[in-house]
Amino acid sequence: MANAAIATGAPSRPVKYRSMSHNRRWAMRWSYFFLILFVVFFLTPPLYMLITSLKSSSEISAATNPWWVYKPTLSNYEELLGQNQYLIFFRNSALVSVCVVIITMVISVTAAFALARMKFWGSATLATGVFLTYLVPDTLLFIPLFKMFAFVRDTTGIELMNHWWTLIIIYPTLTVPFCTWIMIGYFASIPKELDEAALIDGASWMQTLTKIFIPVAIPGIIAATIFAFTVSWAQFLYPLAFTTSTDQLVLPVGIVTTLIKGDVFNWGQIMTGALLGAAPPLIIYAFLMDYYIAGLTAGATKG
Amino acid sequence: MADIAAPTATAAAGNRRSSLHKLVQRKSTIAFLMALPLILLIAILIVYPAGYAVYLAMLSKSMTKFVGLGTFEFILKRQVFWDVVYQSCLFAISAVIFKAIIGFIVAHLVHNIPLKGQRKWRGMLLVPWVIPPAMSTLAWLWLFDPSYSAFNWILAHFGIGAIPWTGEAGWARFCVILVNIWAGAPFFMIMYLAALKSVPEQLHEAAAIDGASWLQRIWYVNLPMMRNIIAITALFSLIVTFANFDIVRVLTAGGPLNATHIFGTWSFKVGIESGDIPQGAAVSLFMAPILAIAAAFILRDISRRGSEV
Repeated sequence: MANAAIATGAPSRPVKYRSMSHNRRWAMRWSYFFLILFVVFFLTPPLYMLITSLKSSSEISAATNPWWVYKPTLSNYEELLGQNQYLIFFRNSALVSVCVVIITMVISVTAAFALARMKFWGSATLATGVFLTYLVPDTLLFIPLFKMFAFVRDTTGIELMNHWWTLIIIYPTLTVPFCTWIMIGYFASIPKELDEAALIDGASWMQTLTKIFIPVAIPGIIAATIFAFTVSWAQFLYPLAFTTSTDQLVLPVGIVTTLIKGDVFNWGQIMTGALLGAAPPLIIYAFLMDYYIAGLTAGATKG
Repeated sequence: MADIAAPTATAAAGNRRSSLHKLVQRKSTIAFLMALPLILLIAILIVYPAGYAVYLAMLSKSMTKFVGLGTFEFILKRQVFWDVVYQSCLFAISAVIFKAIIGFIVAHLVHNIPLKGQRKWRGMLLVPWVIPPAMSTLAWLWLFDPSYSAFNWILAHFGIGAIPWTGEAGWARFCVILVNIWAGAPFFMIMYLAALKSVPEQLHEAAAIDGASWLQRIWYVNLPMMRNIIAITALFSLIVTFANFDIVRVLTAGGPLNATHIFGTWSFKVGIESGDIPQGAAVSLFMAPILAIAAAFILRDISRRGSEV
């Protein structure tokens, strides 16, 4: 097309230009059309959650249009938030996630600083090793961990099974390797002159880290924090394997195991519980989308 | 004078060298101490359990005696195991392929529209990936419900009979793969979009001047430029999908008749629910070779890119 424009020369140029923009406009229209289709596909489940959560149980079991709410009601929300049980799940989830985020950030920021800046014997190997451990999945580790907990109980008398705080000990295995990896990348991009200047001025390594590196790497730290929070909020296998009594469950497992009672599915409440449980990551995402994306993709882009 | 000066000078030099030496030593010591929590965490809670899993897999069912590879032999003879292998491969490979294709298409669509609208669309398209999978899978479970399926309600309007979504083996396999694609495609989209943004505009202009159609431009310009990201994203996703647990567990729990069990869910069923820890450990260890191969490829890519920089 551009060839044609050159060949026919100046007079036809405006015509050409119009057809080009015409083409582009159609390409855009098709893009929007298909984008809408994909958005419908991607947003159907969360929207259906919302629709169902606004229905009473009688409307759910009635043979009406399932995609429409005829008599919207907040009774599911009231019932769920009035229950002590759901609030306990929420509290457990929040406590676990916050503690895991703090532990993760302390461990990974200090370690990443040491690995990126203060090379020591084996530090390069360790950095690669950290990345490899990120690829070890939870589905491979839960059985030996299960056995190790039994061993700890038999030798020291500390019961690790069926306590929500046990999750605080094991979730960092999922978050620390990746966050360390992100932070190594961020710290490595900070110019060497900055920490040299600080050291010449007599700052200790710890001061260099807290006064220079952490403030400069704040975007990376936010991204890593969000990653750690999302992972610990969403983790499903460990709590399912290691906690059983209802007062020790975290949200994902709590909703799946307690709201489904035998064959009776109280779908209104299940959807409400799932939607409220998905709310914290969604809210963080809505406000900090760029950090969120940076955190969850950094490992692969840097890798 | 000189006699006196010389020793002091050497002493000073020696002093300086030893203090320098000490400083270096101190720096590496501090560094090691700062990395120590990380090392301990990885050693105690990742490396040790991984090794322990190998040991556990070699015990007898009652865990009282060592049977070596006996448990593995036993598993290899079970038909269920081969069904799990088949389903795991089908699940992981088909899901990753479709996630990559959908991610690639959607990334191009988003890239096509004006820049100021892109953020909004991208925001909506990423929602499946933000919701914890265990919770979004509940929504799918409800959409697939045998008696109240909202999909079947729509199909009924087109005169199509009810589909047994999670009730029949073939459909159940389709459903777990579909949900996995739904949850994972946004990640591919965002990675590919980032890669697309880094393709220089001049290449497209040059291709357009040479008379390349839009399809040719995608095939001969974008695809080669994005090759690295496409490969590494797919490998990452392959590992995560292969080791998946929550989607299958919530949607079908491995049913109907073990048709949708993958390694993670089956080892949970055998190891935790049936209490046969050695067998559960052995099952989960069968994931290791595949994960190791994918990890080796990723690592090769990282080191190659590291040496380029």
